[in-house]
Amino acid sequence: MTDTLIKGADLLGRGRADVLIRDGRIAETGSLSAPGARVVDADGLVLLPGLVDLHTHLREPGREDAETVYTGTRAAAKGGYTAVCAMANSYPVADTAGVVEQVAALGRAAGYADVQPIGAVSVGLEGKRLAEIGAMAHSAAAVRMFSDDGHCVWDPVLMRRALEYVKTFGGLVAQHAEEPRLTEGAQMNEGAVSAELGLPGWPAVAEEAIIARDVLLAEYTGARVHFCHVSTARSVDIIREAKARGANVTAEVCPHHLLLTDESARTYDPVYKVNPPLRRDADVAVLRAALAEGVIDAVATDHAPHAPQDKDCEWAAARPGMLGLETALSISVLALGGPTEVDWDLLAERTSRTPARIAGLDAHGRDPEPGAEANLTLVDPAASWTVVPADLASLSRNTPYAGMTLPVTVQATFLRGRATVLNGTIAEEIQ
Amino acid sequence: MRHLLDTSDLSREEAELVLDVTQQMADAVTGREVPKLPALRGRTVVNLFYEDSTRTRTSFETAAKRLSADVVNFAAKTSSVNKGESLRDTALTLQAMGADAVVIRHPAAGAPQRLTEWLDGAVLNAGDGTHAHPTQALLDAYTMRRRLGGVEGRTVAIVGDILHSRVARSNVWLLSKLGANVRLVGPPTLLPKDIDGWPVEIGYDLDASLKGADAVMMLRVQRERQNAAFFPTANEYARLYGLDERRLALLPDHAIVMHPGPMNRGMEIAATVADSPRATITEQVTNGVWVRMAVLYLLLTNGETR
Amino acid sequence: MVSPALRQNEEDPSGKHILAADDIGRILDRIAHQILEKTKGAPDTMLLGIPTRGVALAGRLADRIRRFADLDVPAGTLDITLYRDDLRRNALRALGPTELPPGGVDDQRVILVDDVLYSGRTVRAALNALYDLGRPASVQLAILVDRGHRELPIRADYVGKNIPTARDENVAVRLTEYDGFDAVVLTGGRER
Repeated sequence: MTDTLIKGADLLGRGRADVLIRDGRIAETGSLSAPGARVVDADGLVLLPGLVDLHTHLREPGREDAETVYTGTRAAAKGGYTAVCAMANSYPVADTAGVVEQVAALGRAAGYADVQPIGAVSVGLEGKRLAEIGAMAHSAAAVRMFSDDGHCVWDPVLMRRALEYVKTFGGLVAQHAEEPRLTEGAQMNEGAVSAELGLPGWPAVAEEAIIARDVLLAEYTGARVHFCHVSTARSVDIIREAKARGANVTAEVCPHHLLLTDESARTYDPVYKVNPPLRRDADVAVLRAALAEGVIDAVATDHAPHAPQDKDCEWAAARPGMLGLETALSISVLALGGPTEVDWDLLAERTSRTPARIAGLDAHGRDPEPGAEANLTLVDPAASWTVVPADLASLSRNTPYAGMTLPVTVQATFLRGRATVLNGTIAEEIQ
Repeated sequence: MRHLLDTSDLSREEAELVLDVTQQMADAVTGREVPKLPALRGRTVVNLFYEDSTRTRTSFETAAKRLSADVVNFAAKTSSVNKGESLRDTALTLQAMGADAVVIRHPAAGAPQRLTEWLDGAVLNAGDGTHAHPTQALLDAYTMRRRLGGVEGRTVAIVGDILHSRVARSNVWLLSKLGANVRLVGPPTLLPKDIDGWPVEIGYDLDASLKGADAVMMLRVQRERQNAAFFPTANEYARLYGLDERRLALLPDHAIVMHPGPMNRGMEIAATVADSPRATITEQVTNGVWVRMAVLYLLLTNGETR
Repeated sequence: MVSPALRQNEEDPSGKHILAADDIGRILDRIAHQILEKTKGAPDTMLLGIPTRGVALAGRLADRIRRFADLDVPAGTLDITLYRDDLRRNALRALGPTELPPGGVDDQRVILVDDVLYSGRTVRAALNALYDLGRPASVQLAILVDRGHRELPIRADYVGKNIPTARDENVAVRLTEYDGFDAVVLTGGRER
C-alpha cells in the first residue's frame, strides 16, 4: 500500500502539521516530506480521529430494501465515520452468535467502516428471556454492548440479570429508556403540540422513569449502563446526579434531538417521526449544554433508514426513525457552537474518543499520533452543503434535513490508512 | 381556501363567510319545488371513509347531491394502518379518476393533510383521529347562530372526553375565533396535557361550569375508556359529568344542549335531556347538510381547481 | 378567500356617458307602459330582478306600473349564482337571496329584469333557476341596455336602449340605489 501524506492539516484545532500514513498506521507527524507518497492537500482542513457511532441501524439482515451493511457503511464513511455499532433489531434479531458474526463479516467485506455488532439483551427483543449474551461475547464478533433498542428492557428483573451477566466480561447494556405502559400508542412528544394535533403523546417521564430506575440498578449491581438517545432535560438531571455519585453510567444524544423540535410534527410528515420523539426547545437547549459539559458522553446517530412505503403514509402508520450518518458531524458542530466557535478537540471527544471507549473499540478514537491506527477524518470547517436526499449514500431517503444548508463537509475518511472517502467522494475501490 | 383541514386554518372572515353561505344554502333550498342546485354539476366528490360513520357520510353525500355533484363512495375498509392499500396509492387512484374533491374520514390524525400532498383536488376533513372535525364545529357554530342569535360573547361549555375529541378541538379554535367564551369541563384524565395556551377556561366541576352558559356541548364518552383507567366506572362518570335534569335546571332558560352524536344515553346525557326541546341534536344534523353544501361550494368554485 | 369579485365594481368614472339620469327615467316609463300594453293590464304577473342592479330596476318598474295604472305588480329577486356556467373557472361569488312574492311563480307570468343583456348566459341561468322554483305560465325579459354579442338564442321582450359595443368595452349601469346616481357608462376599448 502506498504511503499517504496529509499535508498541512490542522490537528484537532491544535495546530498545523503533516501526517504520514504507512501500512495503515500513522508513521510520523510534523513538517514532513515523503517522496513517493500520495499527497492529500489539507490546507485549511481539520484532521479528526475517525468518528465512531454507538447507534446505527444497518437493517441487514432482513430489511435490505431500506439499507444494507454495504450502503450503510458507505453512508458512514461519507459522514466521516470509521466505525459503527450495528443495532440488534434486524430480522432475524441479532440474539445469537451466528447473526452477530454474519453482520461483522458483511462489514469486513464491504470495507467502508468497522462494523461492531450489538447483541440483543433478550431473545427476539421480546423482553422475556435473556439472549445468549455469553455466546455472542465469546464469538468472533466479540460483542461487548447489548441492547434491545427499539424496545425498552422494561422488566426490572431481566435488566438486573442482564447487568450482572455482562459485568463478568466488562460488557454493558445500552438501554432504550421507554416505560412501555406510559407510551402505549404514543406518536410524538406529549405537550402543547401533541394536544393540538391530537396525536397521542409520549411523555418525557416515560424516559426519565426508566433512566432513574436503571441508574439505581447500575449502582446496585456495579455494572455499566449506557443510555441510548437521551431526549429530555430531566433525563440530563438524573444522569448528572448519578455521575456525581460515581454511578457507572454513560449517555448518548442523537443529532436530531440537538436540532429539531416537536413543532415539526405540525406538518404530519412522518419524516419527523422518531423514537424517542423530538422534544421541546427547552430540551434541545439542555441537551446541547449537557453535551458540551460531558453529562452526555457522546453523539450517536440512531441512523434509522426506512423504505419509502414506511414513511409515505399516515403519521400513525409510519415507522419511527430518521437517517443520521451523513449529517451527524455537521449537526454536532452546530450544537457545539458552529463551525467557527466549535472546539474541535471537544468535538472529537464526543463523536470519536468517548464512543470508541464506551464500545471498547481500542483502535478507534485515537488522536493522530505515531503508532496509532490511521482511522481519520478530514473535514473542511469553512465549507457548507445542502442536504439533497437523492444524493445521500444511504439506500433510504428519510432525512429530516432535506433542503437545509449545514456547515462543515467531510473531505476524506481513512480506515486503517485506506481512503474510504477522498475529495468528498466515496471511494469505489478502497486502496 | 383550497382545502378544509381544520378550523384553525380559517380566518375569522372565512369562518363567517362559511356561516353566511350556509344560511344562504338553507334559504336557497328550503321549500323549493326542486331541492337541488346545479352549482357543482359535472364535478365529482369522493367520500373516502376509513371509519364507519353513516351519519357523516350521508350528510356529505346529501350535501354534494343537493349541489348536483356526482358522488362516489369509495369503500375503504382497510387502511395502511391495518395493512390495506396505502393511503398514497388510494390517493393516486382517486387522482387518476379525476376527483374534484375528496371527503376523508380517517382514524389517523393528519391523514387529510397527507392526502393534500398526493392529490390535486380539494380535500375536506370529515374527521381525522383525535385531531379535527371542522364541518362539525362549523355546524355547531351555525346552530348557535340560529338559536342564540350569534356566537360572539356567548359562553359555551364543552363537556367530557376532550382528550380524544376531534369535535372539541375544532370547536375550541372556531368558537374562540368567533368571539365565544369556551369552557372545557371533564375529568383531568380526559383533558390533554399542556393546554394552558388554549383560549379556554378549564374546569373539573360541571355544576359550576354550567352557570351562565349559553350552550352546553356534551361529548360522547366511550365506556371502554374505563378499562384504561380514565375514570373508575361508567356510573361515576355519569354522576360527575353526565347532563341530567337537575343539571339542566342550572342552565339559564335560553341555553341550548348540543351533542355531536351518536349519544350514549344515560352516560354523558340523560334520555330526558336528549329529548327535551332545549336539545338541538336533530337540528344539528339538518344544519350539517347546509354547512357541508356551503363548504363544498366554496372549495369547488374558488377558481383554483381544475 | 374573499375574492375581488365580491367587492363593488369600481370602474373608471371617466368613461363615455351613454345615458343620463333623465334618459333612464324616460326609458323605464316607456317599458312600464309597454308591459301594461303587452300583458293587457298585467294580470297574474310578477317582476323578478336579477341581482344586483336588476333588483332595483324591477322595483322601479313596479312603482311606475302602480303610478300609471294603479296596479300592484309584485316584484321579487332571483339569485342565479348557483346556476352560472362559469362557477368552475371564475373566482368565488357570494350568493344573493332569492325572494319570491307570496304564492310563488306557479302559473304566473314572470318578467325577468336585468340591467344589461350581453351573451345571454345570465338569462339562461335565470331560466334554469326559475324552473327549479316552480312552473311559470310564461316568462318575459326586460332589459335596460342590450349591448349585442349574443352567444345564446335569447332576445328581450322589452329593451330600453340598444347600444352597439365592441367586446373589449364595458357597459356599466349606475343606479342611485347602489351608486348614488343614475347613468350608463361605456368604458374600455381601443380608440375609435
